[in-house]
Order: sequence, then C-alpha cells, then structure tokens
Amino acid sequence: MEGIPLYAYLLLSALLFAIGTVGVLIKRNPIIIFMCIELMLNAANLSFLAFAKYHSAPLAAGSLEQWQVHMTGQMAVVFVMAVAAAEVAVGLGIIMAIFRLRHDVDIDEMSTMRG
Amino acid sequence: MQTGLTPAPIDWVLLMPLLIVFGTGVVGMCIEMLRPRSNNNAIVATTLLGLAAAAAYLIGTWEYPTIHTFGELFLSDRVAKILQLLIIAITFTTVLYSEGYLRERRLPFGEYYPLLVWSATGAMIMATSTNLLIVFLGLEVLSISLYILAGLSNREQQSQEAALKYFLLGAFASAFLLYGISLLYGATGTTQMEDLRAIWNTPLDKPTVGLLYAGLTLILVGFAFKVALVPFHMWTPDVYQGAPTSVTGFMAAAAKVGAFAALVRFLDYATPMSDAWVPMLSALAILTMTVGNLVALVQKDVKRILAYSSIAHAGYVLVAVVAYGVLSREGSAAQPVSVVYYLIAYSFMTVGAFAVVSLATRGGRERTELNDLNGLWERAPLPAAMMIVFMASLAGIPLTAGFLGKLLIFRDALDAGLVVLAIALAVNSVISAYYYLRIVLATVVQKPALHAPRFANPNAGLVATCLVCGLAIFALFFAAQPVLRELEAPQEVFVHRGP
Repeated sequence: MEGIPLYAYLLLSALLFAIGTVGVLIKRNPIIIFMCIELMLNAANLSFLAFAKYHSAPLAAGSLEQWQVHMTGQMAVVFVMAVAAAEVAVGLGIIMAIFRLRHDVDIDEMSTMRG
Repeated sequence: MQTGLTPAPIDWVLLMPLLIVFGTGVVGMCIEMLRPRSNNNAIVATTLLGLAAAAAYLIGTWEYPTIHTFGELFLSDRVAKILQLLIIAITFTTVLYSEGYLRERRLPFGEYYPLLVWSATGAMIMATSTNLLIVFLGLEVLSISLYILAGLSNREQQSQEAALKYFLLGAFASAFLLYGISLLYGATGTTQMEDLRAIWNTPLDKPTVGLLYAGLTLILVGFAFKVALVPFHMWTPDVYQGAPTSVTGFMAAAAKVGAFAALVRFLDYATPMSDAWVPMLSALAILTMTVGNLVALVQKDVKRILAYSSIAHAGYVLVAVVAYGVLSREGSAAQPVSVVYYLIAYSFMTVGAFAVVSLATRGGRERTELNDLNGLWERAPLPAAMMIVFMASLAGIPLTAGFLGKLLIFRDALDAGLVVLAIALAVNSVISAYYYLRIVLATVVQKPALHAPRFANPNAGLVATCLVCGLAIFALFFAAQPVLRELEAPQEVFVHRGP
C-alpha cells in the first residue's frame, strides 16, 4: 500500500469516529453536533477507501474481480457523500426553521415535551 | 484494464412495485408544482391510485419465481413480498385519513403525500435488499423524508423540536450503521450479505474475526436506534409526541417494519456469529419490553403512551427475531413467521390507534392529554369503538391479531429454549394491559370536563382507516391460517445472471 500501512488508515478512521461520537454526546449546539456526525460519516468513508485499496492490491491487476472489489468501496463513498449532502440540506433547513421560531438553537433548551 | 461495465441483468417485474410507489410520489410532487396552494384532493387521489396499483401489481405477480436480481442486490422472496404489501397498506391507510387531519390541523402542504410515499419506498427497499449498502440507502430514503414530515408543522415548537431530535439521532444512528458496514466490507471485501456467511467457510485470521464482530455490533447499534430499543430509545417519545399524529402513526409502523425486515435478513446471513448477537439482543429485548412498559404506566399524554408502547412492541418483535435466529441456526425454522406476523398485526393496530387519536384536533390545535379524549364516545362512536379493538389487540386480548402474534412469539421463544425471554414477554403483556385500559377508559367511559375539548368531525377517510385496520385485526386472527401457510411455504431462490 505504497508505504502507508492499512492499520494507520484504520487508526485515523477510528479516531475520527470516536471524536465525532464524543462530540455528538457533549456538544449543545445542533450545528456542531451535526458537524460531528459528518465527521463520523467521513470516518466510515476513509475506512471504505482504505479497505478498497487493501483488498484489491493482492488480486491480479486489471482482473474483473479486482475491479469489482475496488469499486465496491469507491462507490460506497460516492453514495455516502450523496446521502450526507441530502442530510445537510434537510438538517440545516430544520435548524433554520427552529431558529426562526425561537431565535436560539441550544439543544438543552429544547424540552417543551415532558413525560 | 477490464471493462466491468456490462450492466447487471434486471428483472423489472420484481422491481415494479417499488418503482410504481416511487413514481407515484414524483407525479404527486409534479401536481403540487403545477397547482401550488390549491387543495390537495388531486394529490390524494393520485397517491391512493398509485398505491393501489402497486399493491395490485404485487398481488398479480405473487406466484412469480423468487429471483435474486439486479446484480444480486434485490431478493424478492415471500417475506419481502408480504412486507412490501404491508408497507403499501400502511401508507394507503395513513393517506386515507391524513387529508382530514391536516386540514383540521391547518397544515395544507401537498408535499406531505409525496414525502410519505418516498418514505415508504425507502422502507420497501430495506425489505427487499440483500446488500448492506443498499439497505443503508433505503434507510436514508426512509429517514430523510420522515425528518421533514416530523417538522411539517412549521409554526409549532414541538413539531420543530421533534424534527431536530429525530434528525440528529437518526443521522447519528446512520453513522454507526455505516461504520459497521465499512468494517464488514473490510472483513469480506464486499457489501453483499451472503458473503458474510460464506466467509466463515474459509480460514480466518484474528483481525478479520475482530472486524466481523465489531462491524456486527456497530450495525446492531444503528438498527437499535432506528427501531427504538432501550437504551437507544431516548428520542422516541419526544419525536412521536411532537410530530403530526398521522406522521407518527406512519413512522411507528412503516419505519419499524422496514428496519426489522432488514435486521432479520441481516441476522439471517450473520448466523455464524449468532453466539455474539443472540445474548446481546436477548438482553436488549428484556430491557426494551420492561422499560417501555413501566415508563408507559406513568405517562399522561396519549401519544407518549403509544410511543412507549411502540418501544415495548419493538421488544416483543425482538424476542421473535432472537427466537428465529436460534431456531434457524438449529435448522428448524426456515422463515421468520412470527416476526412477520407480529409486524403485520402491530402495523394495523398502531396506524388505527393514531388515526383515532388524530381526532383530538380542532381549529389547528391538537391536545392529546389522556383526558382530552374524554367524551370521544359521544362525538364519534365508531372510531371510539375501534379504539377499544386497537387497544385490546395491543394488549394481546384473545380474538385479536395482537393475541395470536404474541402467542406465536411465545411459542417460538419456548421452542428455542429462551425461557427467560418468554416469561418476560408474558409478564410485560400483563403490565401493558393497565395503560391500554386507561386509554379505553378515557375514550369511552369518562365524561368530559366543563370546558369540553372539541373534536374534529370524523370524515369518511378516517372512518375507512379505522374500519380497515379493525377488520384486519380480526381477519388476521380468524383467518390466520392462509397467512401463516403463505409465510411458511417453501420457496426456491433463482439467481438472475442474464443471458
């Protein structure tokens, strides 16, 4: 894998995922929470790409099998990016709508429903 | 370089129901664009017609061979067909009563129907796909539409809050699911579920096994958020309470059906790892049933009670899932009969119950405290009577589908040797009867206070929804044999590999 071993990618990806998870749990601003979720999605993307490279390396160069294994990971990333973009569109819309109603988007203040 | 660009052979007959449902949404959206701000009758009619056409097509091609098509992404087996039909039925009954409710609630948005239909498309994709990435895409199609629908009431803080909570936790859960999928891809080199089983026939090194188990756990966490299992259920009560009632009913039914369908299929292929997931899911099931029912006891809002009840029901279905996992590992069950049967029963009673609750709306305001339902019996006898049926079925009283469903799960759990789960299920059904009885009392017996809340007039659509759901509950009990036989029927799977 041209110098950088697989575990380095995976470590980085796990780290990004962990930072994202902790951020979602402790932050109070929905936009920052959402950024943390994006970080988690990108952690998954990174591991998809690293695995795509890793799995296709030992297979015969130019073979159909290599192409398929490689493409699965690459396509997954394209799909995830599309999904993330759709989520941004909807999510920011929701946050905007709340801001218009309350002029404040602190997540701890959002407790009109109790039970 | 190999050109791998020969397109996969596609059997359009199997994809057609999905495409019809999706296309219905597109047509609905076009009508909304061409005639903005006029009434929604044309969109409602189109949506109902499209859904009916999809159901008719599905039934018309029922005996079509079970084929694994579209590059082995789609498997349209008996379970998938039944669940697709169920999702179409849920959407149809929801659309039937939505227009009256939305008008009463002053939410005249035509986009509601296309979004609902696209959400159903996502659930249908989840029910048919055997590729983890496609399941993820289906889940996102289902969820993103639901985020918008939950926040449909744009002048109300509760609805907006519900949308934001659902959105943040839903996206959080998807990230877990996706990371799990990437780890499984790392272990197997594909995202196809069947390779998950095949890989256990090859020698595995330690890191690969670690990846497999880590991926499995993350995927289960993702699904646990989606179907609202304790301790991943925190969002459910707030979202169910804040979202417009018709959306809540749809969400409680269709989203759970889709997610459970994908979960069962995934676990089916993950049987070699069942030593890990059977104990994990058993613990979650006990926790989910118990917490869901106990917290429901102290709630005062009907939508919140039903939300906790839906959590508890997710626990019951999970018992069925675990029992099926154990039985199929031993080779004594070929189809998840009790899971599917319970999902069908649960969907009808939930949609019906939320349809009746949606009557507690007048002049743009909705009040859903328990005593706001007082006097419904006088104002709308038929929906109130049907409420008794839905509550009886949810509580598992004999002669209803809910009873037979619980009995099937109980039997499967005992067959699988999961005695603790079976006992927890039985005890929890007894506890749950209490709060269902409270809803019935509030609806039928208790008289309204002096400042009586006003109810929406039950329109034809709502009455139709109540009747369809009520009839389905009895029909599933009295004519259960054909359904169960259909589910148990053996089937041969063909792989579509083109000419």
